[in-house]
Amino acid sequence: MEKEKHHIVPYRVYFYILLALITMTFMSIGLVHINLGGYSVLGALIFSTIKSTLVLTWFMHLKFDEPFLRIMVVFVILVFAALLFITYLDYFFR
Amino acid sequence: MENVTQHSEPHYDPEASKLGMWLFIFTELLLFGGLFIVYSIYRFLNPVAFQLAGEELNVVIGAINTIILLVSSMTIAMSTTALQQKNKKLTLFLLIVTVVLALVFLVNKYFEWGTKFHHGIWPGSPHLINDMSKGEILFFGLYFVMTGLHALHIIIGMIFILVALKRVQKGTVNADRPSLLENAGLYWHLVDLIWIFLFPLFYLIH
Amino acid sequence: MQTAVPILHEVSYLEYKGKYKGLFSWILSTDHKRIGLMYMYAMMTFFLIGVMLGLAMKLELIAPGRTIMGPQTYNALFTVHGVIMIFMIVIPGLPAVFGNFMLPIMIGAKDVAFPKLNLLSWYIYMTGSILVICSVLFGNGIPDTGWTFYAPYSFKTGTNLLPAIFGAFVLGFASILTGLNFIVTIHRMRCPGMTWLKMPLFAWSLYGTAWIQLLATPVVGITLVLVALERIFGIGVFDPALGGDPVLYQHLFWIYSHPAVYVMILPAMGAISEIIPTFSQKHIFGYKAIVASTIAIAFVGYFVWGHHMFTSGMSGTAQYTFSILTFIVAIPSAIKVFNWISTMHKGSINPDIPFLWAISFIFVFMIGGFSGLVLGALATNVYVHDTAFVVAHFHFIVFGGVGFAFFGAIHYWYPKMFGRMYDKAWAKIGWAFFFVGFLTLYSPMFYLGMMGMPRRYYDYLPEFHAANILSTLGSWVMAFGLLIIIINLFRSAKNGAIAPMNPWNGKTLEWTVPSPPPTENFEDIPVYGEKDGPYEY
Repeated sequence: MEKEKHHIVPYRVYFYILLALITMTFMSIGLVHINLGGYSVLGALIFSTIKSTLVLTWFMHLKFDEPFLRIMVVFVILVFAALLFITYLDYFFR
Repeated sequence: MENVTQHSEPHYDPEASKLGMWLFIFTELLLFGGLFIVYSIYRFLNPVAFQLAGEELNVVIGAINTIILLVSSMTIAMSTTALQQKNKKLTLFLLIVTVVLALVFLVNKYFEWGTKFHHGIWPGSPHLINDMSKGEILFFGLYFVMTGLHALHIIIGMIFILVALKRVQKGTVNADRPSLLENAGLYWHLVDLIWIFLFPLFYLIH
Repeated sequence: MQTAVPILHEVSYLEYKGKYKGLFSWILSTDHKRIGLMYMYAMMTFFLIGVMLGLAMKLELIAPGRTIMGPQTYNALFTVHGVIMIFMIVIPGLPAVFGNFMLPIMIGAKDVAFPKLNLLSWYIYMTGSILVICSVLFGNGIPDTGWTFYAPYSFKTGTNLLPAIFGAFVLGFASILTGLNFIVTIHRMRCPGMTWLKMPLFAWSLYGTAWIQLLATPVVGITLVLVALERIFGIGVFDPALGGDPVLYQHLFWIYSHPAVYVMILPAMGAISEIIPTFSQKHIFGYKAIVASTIAIAFVGYFVWGHHMFTSGMSGTAQYTFSILTFIVAIPSAIKVFNWISTMHKGSINPDIPFLWAISFIFVFMIGGFSGLVLGALATNVYVHDTAFVVAHFHFIVFGGVGFAFFGAIHYWYPKMFGRMYDKAWAKIGWAFFFVGFLTLYSPMFYLGMMGMPRRYYDYLPEFHAANILSTLGSWVMAFGLLIIIINLFRSAKNGAIAPMNPWNGKTLEWTVPSPPPTENFEDIPVYGEKDGPYEY
């Protein structure tokens, strides 16, 4: 395979991503002060998920990689989610 | 480990080394994944104690460290762009910034842990075991294990980046053969990725 | 097909003179074939230690009460036997030996994707193994927790457990790196024209295995680290006195250790899927079904770990789920058996040694599989949990399955690996003793377990005496067979008749290169055309 499609990402794109990440960090800190009860964990995790998606797609170049790599990443995340889910089948219903 | 073929094999396969690095990242994700399962189960079983213990952690230091890691992630991502644009000086500069930021992260962590030790909280400490509830013992046990393991990955990542830096300097990692630097970058982003989840789960419980 | 014509002046990998001489030409070699052999020699050594421990346990059980050892020694023996056999032999077994040796040749590559990493894996493997041995030789007392290291006993026992735990962790790392190497090799280095669906089934099984190694091993790695930290610092994660939940340890441990069973058995099935078409001289029946079942076993096998924990106090919902999933995983295993049988149907069968191992594999694997269903069903599981029935079941799978496939594979590929043929008469005698001994050794345990004899005790009630004598006698017969097999293989490596390039008339690529293969495997990388395939007879 040739290495012809080496996509060069401009600096400013990385900078914008960083700004988005930092903004979301502050938003998730701010979320703590709003009383959401049990949903505050959910809120924090949603922010973390968006942030990690940004890191995966842009910083880790998944956007420019071959699709099978993206499929693998999604697959691994789903496997982990399934592990967590099945473990909870025990703890949630115990 | 990703650079190993490059010397023995006449052909250079950047796709193979990238795939290898990703597979390694998957194992790292599952390694931390195991810990996240443990964390999640114990938080589910001890919600109040986890909240109480979480308030002991310093959100400001945590937030500063988060930003440090995010910035360092950006600088290393930029360094690959610089390498591809054949700007060796900028590449080296960005890598040095990344390493320095990592060092600052570790110094912060050192003081953070130091404060905890000062308050008599360390794994298995008498204060922790005698005066705190079971949920709090678990919280701090996991806090030390997970941030400790993460710090270990920071150190490994720093070594990885330093190796890449040396190779960029020597010119063996260059615009035509950027794999090692890209893989160091991938590894560093992994460290960042894990922290993105560690931070809210430990520092932002209320 | 455009195959590489063997050129006589090419030096075989065994005689190749590289930068280093003597021993160093082996332990510093990045040649996948030499690394495969180094794994094999190391494993054979450890295997003999493990067999001795097993024989000692059987000898203890020849009569009720204390025969040759006390309870503590017996506990130590089954622990060390388990750790050595599971972590050092059957988990790395087929992938590390035959995967390393054959995978690159079978897919038409000159080596694995990362040869230096491959050598590093071997060193990591040896380090882990030596750590495990250290836990036996040094410190106050041999580990006595069983190979599962169950909490909370694993951090309460005063024995020298840390090196064993750390050794298992290190061995896991070797396993991960080997898996990583294989996945990249299969993705990137298949020869031109070899599409995914033209890949030999052994390579497919290694691919499935490698993914399990990659995704399951880190979970047990971190779990063992937690146990070690629990022992050293008392962090509390698995200690009920500090709020931890020992059942969570079991979850995490089996999240790896059940898929590990598939790490063991999948390459074994892969090897059988190579042997059967070759010795039936027929295209494998249902190639795609075998590939699909390989992937299905790897995937579903990842989510059935809870059937080891039916009596742990897990919630009912979890129990039902795990029981159902366990039954589902039996389906792809059965599909494979049907395919093997159908491959033989109307084939021109050559009942040579590898074929004998393969059909005896199918036989013992089926018994092991069916007894697995007894254990997977909730109601019967509670009845036979932690009895000799379980011991019989997993020895039928892990020793009967993996062991028979390993010996089958070694007899199949031996002429390729060493360029010489073993003595076939002795090999058959060895096989017969081994097979009969195996059945005599483990079949009585099914009965004993049904009658209620618990596992992991050095003693038993007098009414179990007769069956135990039979079992011990079987262990001697099997050991005798093993001795014949190993001596035969060792002697023939030097003195055997020179083997031709393709003694079995196989169609996979390894039979197109000289025996033993040259260092670079292929003069020119082979090319698969439209009509070529691994099983085109």
